[in-house]
Amino acid sequence: MALPERKQSDTDARLAAMTLPEGGCLAEARKAALSRVQTMGLPNRRDEYWKYTRPDTLVQADAPTAAVFDAGEAPMFDEFDRLKVVFVDGVFDAEASDDLSLEGISIERIADICDKDIHWAKDLYGVLEARGQTPVARPLAALNTAFAQDGVVIRVTGTPSKPVNLVYRHGSDSSDAILHHVVRVESGASATILENGPAASRFNKCMEVDVADGGALHLVRAQGRDHERRAATHLFARLGTESVFKAFTLTVNGVLTRNEAVIELTGDDAVAHIAGACVGDGDFHHDDTVFITHDAVNCESRQVFKKVLRNGATGVFQGKILVKEGAQKTDGYQISQSLLLDDDSQFLAKPELEIYADDVACSHGSTSGAIDEEGLFYLRSRGVPTDVAADLLTLAFLAEAVEEIEDDEIAAALVARLEGWLARRR
Amino acid sequence: MLEIKNLHVKLEEEDKQILKGVNLTVEAGKVHAIMGPNGSGKSTLSYVLSGRDGYEVTDGEATLAGEDILEMEPEERAAAGIFLAFQYPVEIPGVGNMTFLRTAVNAQRKARGEEELSASDFLKDVRAKAKTLKIDAEMLKRPVNVGFSGGEKKRNEILQMAMLEPKMCILDETDSGLDVDAMKLVSEGVNALRDEGRGFLVITHYQRLLDHIKPDVVHIMADGRIIKTGGPELALEVENNGYADILAEEGV
Repeated sequence: MALPERKQSDTDARLAAMTLPEGGCLAEARKAALSRVQTMGLPNRRDEYWKYTRPDTLVQADAPTAAVFDAGEAPMFDEFDRLKVVFVDGVFDAEASDDLSLEGISIERIADICDKDIHWAKDLYGVLEARGQTPVARPLAALNTAFAQDGVVIRVTGTPSKPVNLVYRHGSDSSDAILHHVVRVESGASATILENGPAASRFNKCMEVDVADGGALHLVRAQGRDHERRAATHLFARLGTESVFKAFTLTVNGVLTRNEAVIELTGDDAVAHIAGACVGDGDFHHDDTVFITHDAVNCESRQVFKKVLRNGATGVFQGKILVKEGAQKTDGYQISQSLLLDDDSQFLAKPELEIYADDVACSHGSTSGAIDEEGLFYLRSRGVPTDVAADLLTLAFLAEAVEEIEDDEIAAALVARLEGWLARRR
Repeated sequence: MLEIKNLHVKLEEEDKQILKGVNLTVEAGKVHAIMGPNGSGKSTLSYVLSGRDGYEVTDGEATLAGEDILEMEPEERAAAGIFLAFQYPVEIPGVGNMTFLRTAVNAQRKARGEEELSASDFLKDVRAKAKTLKIDAEMLKRPVNVGFSGGEKKRNEILQMAMLEPKMCILDETDSGLDVDAMKLVSEGVNALRDEGRGFLVITHYQRLLDHIKPDVVHIMADGRIIKTGGPELALEVENNGYADILAEEGV
């Protein structure tokens, strides 16, 4: 079917500006992805899935410029013992990175596996992304699979002694980066991946995560604070029997962020938690779009999203739980909440449940509210100044999402950052 | 300590006068009780003194140790030494009780130009004071008042009072929702804080609380004014005969 004229011309314009990288063993996957993009067309504001977020700056051929922001503080996770993998404007920086060898985990650059004929990642690269294109199209993810300049393939075979930290540095005001990572957690293996940094002026990132039976992966990311940066990220995860996947994202600043998570529970007794906290100010626009599919028995999924918005910031949440026929004993939970600090900010939420099994427990809730005046007065009556009291209540609001982080030290580090940011904003 | 002169207060949102000329002086070291029928303005008085929004002072003044408190923000009043034990303590999900206490104690110290308490000094202090109020470590860790029983909430108010060491304590129906044992515990907590330098204003419906916290002076409030002042015997009179006689006598 032909695409609408406008969509066709926008898609053509973007594709004309790009060249398919030399593929090696990933060539076929890239070609297939390109053909998916051509069939679907890139998103525009007429698409239902982009009703609340304008995709034009993510789609247009030239990335809008974004000033590199000096946060004046050490990068997130700096205090942790971790294996650092650094990308600057979307290009791997070997100098800045640690030695990639660590027991229980293998990390390779996509560029390095391309010249191999046989590689385990070949069976995964673009595969989960392609699966995630139905029932809703995610053309920016297909674009990513086709054109990703760099990225790593990570295979977890044991229990590495420290987390892997993917660090995304922003170096140029006009950078336009596409990164694609593939993570395979083998049966019974377990790892933590940390991600942080603004990455580029415009960032398109895709991560495919395949967790085998009994495996576990924890993902914690802090999206960089550069005010003008734009990011579209996709997280595709497939979970085997008794596997665990927990992801948490903290977003502060960024003029446009769209984080999509597509999670498929395919083995019985699997657990998937996905959570996010964001603090937005001014022309900040933040969109969490989540799609969780239960396709096995006795699985648990949890979505917890909290947004603090002020000075006209916009928050979006589109979250869906799909329970397929036969996915009995599903326990699905979804909550999205916003704290609106003024009348100019807005929160747009679209919670959805679609259930084809009859023995399930699924719940969803969404709220928007101002700061609790009763609580504020109570704190002030004890001598706590108004702004400090408001920060305490704001942190308390975000706490439910931050508590989703399994590792207490990492959670505490994020909270400390949040406290600092809130205090300095005063 | 606390001096209230001719205080007139109306609701901000509607044209309704609640306090119609309250005169009251609470001396340091004394416990004053205010009793009165529902709607007489007792709780409004406590809110106005602590600086809650929604009330407009149309006339009169209130000073604490000579300082005009009505112009101050609630946090400034707290730092100056006013403490209100709430009738309905507010639940604050997500804020740990300990964090709340430490933030409050240090904010007040800072406002008064004093050094903040070290973490270990604070901990020692709070543990000792919590123990006398039978507040366990678990309760200190939980979010402020969340899931607390009525008695636990009121004990938590007294713990805050003990930690903040205010000059002027206002207790708004602290006995409501308490069983006999809890009332005894709360009263002991209050009595332990009775001190030459500290004044108390105890608002209550019932004589019962005043058996435990013995007042020096009892006021009867009705229709936005204090209509009668006496000794502890006045509370007994109310307990036995209700307010009707007093109201009639004073022409209210």
